[in-house]
Amino acid sequence: MAEEKWRATETPRRMIEAEGLTRRYGDTLAVEGVSFTVARGELLALVGGSGSGKTTTLKMVNRLVEPDAGRVTIDGRDASSFEPHALRRSIGYVFQGVGLFPHMTVAENMAVPLTLLRWPRERIRARVEELLTLLELDATLAPRFPDALSGGQQQRVGVARALAAAPRLMLLDEPFGALDPITRDHLQQSFLAVRGRLGLTAVLVTHDMAEALLLADRVGVMRAGRLVQLGTPAELMRAPADEHVARLLDTPRRQARVVDALLGEAR
Amino acid sequence: MSEQITLLPGLLTAHLQLALAALAVGTLISVPLGVLVRCRAWLESALLAAAGVIQTIPGLALLAVMVPLLSALGLRGIGFLPAFLGLALYSVLPILRNTVTGLAGVDPAAIEAARGLGMTPAQRLWRVELPLALPVILAGIRTATVWTVGMATLSTPVGAPSLGNYIFGGLQTRNLDAVLVGCGASAALALALDGLVQLVGRGYARRRRTLVAVGFGGLLLLALHAGLAALGSTRAAEGERPVRVGAKTFTEQYVLAEVLAGQVRRATGLPVQVTSSLGSTVAFDALSRGEIDAYVEYTGTIWATLMHRSGTGPGRADVLAEVRRWLAEQHGVEVAASLGFENAYAFALTRARAAALGAWSLDDLAPHAARLRAAADYEFWARGEWAAVRAVYGLAFAEQRTMDPSLLYTAVAAGQVDVITAYSSDGRISAFDLVTLADTRGAIPPYDAIVLVGRRLVRERPEVVAALARLGGAIDAERMRSLNRAVDETGHSPAAVAQEFLAQWP
Repeated sequence: MAEEKWRATETPRRMIEAEGLTRRYGDTLAVEGVSFTVARGELLALVGGSGSGKTTTLKMVNRLVEPDAGRVTIDGRDASSFEPHALRRSIGYVFQGVGLFPHMTVAENMAVPLTLLRWPRERIRARVEELLTLLELDATLAPRFPDALSGGQQQRVGVARALAAAPRLMLLDEPFGALDPITRDHLQQSFLAVRGRLGLTAVLVTHDMAEALLLADRVGVMRAGRLVQLGTPAELMRAPADEHVARLLDTPRRQARVVDALLGEAR
Repeated sequence: MSEQITLLPGLLTAHLQLALAALAVGTLISVPLGVLVRCRAWLESALLAAAGVIQTIPGLALLAVMVPLLSALGLRGIGFLPAFLGLALYSVLPILRNTVTGLAGVDPAAIEAARGLGMTPAQRLWRVELPLALPVILAGIRTATVWTVGMATLSTPVGAPSLGNYIFGGLQTRNLDAVLVGCGASAALALALDGLVQLVGRGYARRRRTLVAVGFGGLLLLALHAGLAALGSTRAAEGERPVRVGAKTFTEQYVLAEVLAGQVRRATGLPVQVTSSLGSTVAFDALSRGEIDAYVEYTGTIWATLMHRSGTGPGRADVLAEVRRWLAEQHGVEVAASLGFENAYAFALTRARAAALGAWSLDDLAPHAARLRAAADYEFWARGEWAAVRAVYGLAFAEQRTMDPSLLYTAVAAGQVDVITAYSSDGRISAFDLVTLADTRGAIPPYDAIVLVGRRLVRERPEVVAALARLGGAIDAERMRSLNRAVDETGHSPAAVAQEFLAQWP
C-alpha cells in the first residue's frame, strides 16, 4: 500500500531535502554525507543501532544539532535561513524519553507551543481539548502533573504537544521505545490514525525494524554514520543492499516464525 | 525584665530592617549572578571560591572590617551601612551556590525539550530552568535567612542597633534575662522569616496560590513595616539632630553613657541617642569623624594605644595634659571633663592566693610568675602596658590566656587562673574579695576617665559641652565601683542606675 501511494504521487513536492549532512563530535564522525528527501505526506523511518547516527541526523533537520557540512531544505526554504527557534516552532518534535516539563500540568505542557506562538488564552483552551480527544486522553488528566501519568499516557501527551500548533512536519525520536508491547501497539495504531487524518509528513527514528516496516512509507537503514540503504519496505525486501540490511529485515519475520513454532508445539 | 521588653519593638524592627535589606540585596545579587555564570565553569568556581572565602571570615570580623573600609571610602563608617553590607555579603554564598546547583540539576531532557519546541534561550531560562531550579534556590534563600538573622546580632558593635544589644549588653552586665530575650527574639524572627519563605516554596510546589500569597504577603508586610520605620526615623533625624553618646562594651561604659545622656537631657532638654556596645577603636574613630558626639575614654588607653607611648609615664596630671593637647592637635577632639576616678589595668588575685605567695605588689609577684597562669581581656597582651610591665618587672607567666572581660573575675575566683588583669573601678574586685597589686615602679600609666567631645559638638552645641563639663570630679572611684556593682551584682539596668545617680547629684 505504501508503495502504491509513493508511486501515485507524481513529481512529489518535497517537504525535506537533506544533502550531504555531516556532523563530527571531536574525532568521531557521527554522521557522514547523509542525503535523503521526504515527500509531502510521507513518513520516513530511519532505522539503526545505537551510535548509527540516526538521532543526530534527525536533529539536524530542525537544527537542534547544526551540521558541519551539508544543508537541509524545508518546504523549499533553506533551514539555515530561519531563526533556529522559529524553525523549531513550525516543526513538531516528539522526544526520546518524552521530555514533558515536570513543573507543568498536562494541559500546560500541551499548550507550550501555542503560548510560544502567542495564541490567545481561549483558543489555547479549545485546542487543548481537541488534542485530548485526538490522542484519546481522558479530560480529567488535563490538570494533573506528568509524574501522575502512566508511560503510555505521558507519551500521548508528548505526541499531543508536538501536534499542538498543527505543524505540517513531525520529527519523532524513538517515540514508542520505552513502552510495554501492548501499549506500544495501541499507541502506534493511534499515531497511524492521527497521521492519516492530518496528512502529516514525518521522520521517525527507531531501532526496531518491525516498527519501521509497520509505520513508514520508506525506510532508511543507517550504520556507522552512513545511510546504507533507502527505499520502500518492498524495495528493501527485494534487494537488500548488504548482509546487514538483510538480517535486519529478516529479524521480525524470524522471530514471528519462532513464536509460531513454539505456540504450535504448545497446542 | 519588663524594662527589657519595652525596648523589644524598636530593636526587633531595627533587626528586621538589617536582615531583610541584606537578604533582599543578597538575593538580587546572587540569583542573577548564578544565572550568568552557569556554563562558564572557571567563572563559576572562581565566584563560589570568593563567596566561600567571605564565609570563612568570622562574622564579627567581617562586620568590623567594614568600618575602616567604609571610612576609607569617605562613607559613614558606623551604624546601618557596615552591618548591612557585611550581612549582604554573608548571604551571597548559600544563595549563589544553590542557584548554581539548582540550575545544573535541571533534567537535560527538559532543556532539550525546551529547545526542540522552539523556546529562545531567555524563554528556556524563565519557563523551564528557573522554575525547575526554584526549590533548590529557595532552600538557599532559607539557609541565608537563618544565617543572616542570627548574624545580625553582631551589628551592635559596629553601631547598628539590633537584638544583639540585648546579648552584648546582657553578657557584659551579667543580665541573663536580657541575653535570653535577645536570643529568643532573634531565634523567633529567624524561624518566622524562614517559615514565610518555606510557605512560598511549598505553595509554589503544590500550586496553592493562597500559600504563596500568604508567604509573600507576610514577607511584604514585614518589609513594609521595616521600610516605614526606617522612613520614620530618617524623617525624625531631619528634625532635631539628637546628641549622640557612645559606649564601649562594658558595664561602666553603659552606665556612664546613660549618665552623660541624662545630664545633657536634664541641662539642655535636647534629644539624646545612646549607641551602646561599640568596639574599642570603633568608638574613638566614630567620635573623631563626628558620627558620635561624646563618650567616656581613659587617659592611659589613649596614651598607650593611640599615642603609642610606653614605659614609665609621668604623673596623672601630666598625662592628662599631654593627652588633651594631643587629642586637640591630632583629631580636633576635646576633653570636656575628667570625671574624678581612674579605671586602671591592675593585676589582681584572690586574697588567699596573695597571702600564700606573700605578693602585694608586682615586685613581689615577679619571682612566682613562672608558675602562674594569667588571664587578660582581648587587648591587654598586645598593648603597650604589658610590654612595659614585662620590661620593668621581668614578669613572665607560665600561661597567658585571653577571655571576655566579664569572665575574668569568675575565672580567678574559681581558681581556673591565678592572676587576672582587673579594671580598678570594677565592683567585682571587692565582690570577689580580690587584691590588686601595687605598681610601685609606675609601669602602667594612669587611666583617668575623661569625657571626650567631638569637634562639631563644640562648635554647634556649646551648651551641651558646658553641661558635660559640670560632670568634672562628680564620680570618685568608690562611687563608680558602687554604680558598677548595682548593675553587675544587683541586676539594675544601666539606665536606671544612671538616673538614680543623677537624681542624688546636685
